[in-house]
Amino acid sequence: MKLITAIVKPYRLDEVKTALQELGVHGLTVTEASGYGRQRGHTEVYRGAEYQVDLVPKVRIEVVVEDAASDAVIDAIVRAAHTGKIGDGKVWALPVETVVRVRTGERGPDAL
Amino acid sequence: MTTLAAARVDTGDTAWLLAATALVLLMTPGLALFYGGMVRTKSVLNMLMMSFVSIALVTVVWLAAGYSLAFGDDAFGGLIGTLDHAGMAGLGPDSVRGTVPTLLFATFQLTFAIITAALVTGAIADRAKFAAWLVFVPVWALLVYVPVAHWVWGPGGWILTELGALDFAGGLPVEIVSGASGLALCLVLGPRLGFKKDAMRPHNLPMVMLGAGLLWFGWFGFNAGSALGANGLAAAAFLNTLAAGSTGLLGWLFVEQRRDGHPTTLGAASGAVAGLVAITPSCGSVSLLGALAVGLAAGVVCSYAVGWKFRLNYDDSLDVVGVHLVGGVIGTLLIGVFAVEEMTGGPEGLLYGGGLTQLGRQLAAVVVVAVYAFGVTYGIGRLLDRTIGFRADEEHEHTGLDLTVHAETAYDHGVLGHGAPVSASVLPSAQKVKPQE
Repeated sequence: MKLITAIVKPYRLDEVKTALQELGVHGLTVTEASGYGRQRGHTEVYRGAEYQVDLVPKVRIEVVVEDAASDAVIDAIVRAAHTGKIGDGKVWALPVETVVRVRTGERGPDAL
Repeated sequence: MTTLAAARVDTGDTAWLLAATALVLLMTPGLALFYGGMVRTKSVLNMLMMSFVSIALVTVVWLAAGYSLAFGDDAFGGLIGTLDHAGMAGLGPDSVRGTVPTLLFATFQLTFAIITAALVTGAIADRAKFAAWLVFVPVWALLVYVPVAHWVWGPGGWILTELGALDFAGGLPVEIVSGASGLALCLVLGPRLGFKKDAMRPHNLPMVMLGAGLLWFGWFGFNAGSALGANGLAAAAFLNTLAAGSTGLLGWLFVEQRRDGHPTTLGAASGAVAGLVAITPSCGSVSLLGALAVGLAAGVVCSYAVGWKFRLNYDDSLDVVGVHLVGGVIGTLLIGVFAVEEMTGGPEGLLYGGGLTQLGRQLAAVVVVAVYAFGVTYGIGRLLDRTIGFRADEEHEHTGLDLTVHAETAYDHGVLGHGAPVSASVLPSAQKVKPQE
């Protein structure tokens, strides 16, 4: 199994969710995140005083899938989150040793 | 019969002044929101509290002695009023001042003293020891606000009657006194931790806009109520108040668009307040065109004045100096330029053939009041700082005064934030729950 983590622009979240649902992914976790990459934040002005805001708001999407589905899920996230502008985010995958469904105690791919 | 008529209550005047008094009182909660939105989330409740507690403190002091000292007959050569009406002695429902009940006049004036104290809090945001503020307000009200109010509005007050300066609604006692006092206190306390280094963004701009709206609404009572009657002068002051707030807003936005490239909501709110500050002394002495010019001048100049603190290194956190002192000075001085006889009943400004005479009187009044308020406030502030301490502990300031002083947090920031543990709400109050931190 793979844990796929995607950091994307908040307003692309709905597109990513829809794309994953179409692929049959049944669950995901979303957290609000902030950070920066090449986008480097932005400037705000309050009463003439400029503030450099380094950390840009993003959403972090996490989903665990079977190994065979991993590439398709990554591709779907990238397609849905893509705008072509700087700050579109990153997607990465890590191997997952085990998964347990808390309610039933099922383990491994059955728990997904 | 004729002598009695002079001391009779006019129901129209009284009705308007009752409403105006309530309007002015609403300005202080409005100011609390205006200021509260501008600070960070960790000290917004403290900001609101400093204004709210000022309502209670100044009210008690005013009724005990403040009103009598400000509006009683001259004592000590006109420096202050007598204590004849301390505790409102000798004043009952039948007492009349002008055409309104004296008790109403005293309450109307009380609301001015309240907001002047509350205005000062903008200079010391996020870092003042709350206990010190509780001591400061009554002392400051008696030693700073009350004498200036006596000089300007007291019976035979020398600034208006002898010097011949004009101040319709409080450019001197309210705007300049609050601004000069704010400057003094922010120098006593020193800058916030991280001043000029950390981003100290306003945490809630809609709250700032709401506060500015309430201030503007209340300002009609402040300015038009200062006519002390329901009459044409009140109407003229009312219209001037709308006009100057509007041009102040536009002036500030114009500067922002040219200088920073963006018109901001904080700029719009600040510009409106700057225009309202400047028209406060002048709303009863300038024509409508004059009011438009006064507001515009304040909006433009104050939009630059708020930047001085970064160059001169005084942390006037929410710009009491940049908006109220500077705006108050502009409005008070411009009376000497734009005063028209049909409003003042005599004195005229530079533009209307009055020469430099009135401008000179205005300047003298500004200097005396600003120097007095700054000096005495600085003295009180230093004394309190040396004795009980005026600056909050460093750790308290880092954590935020909401949690450390008031044991509250303004917002529930979700499951991992400062939200109170669920179990805390069902514990009896005697069982103390330690804040999560």
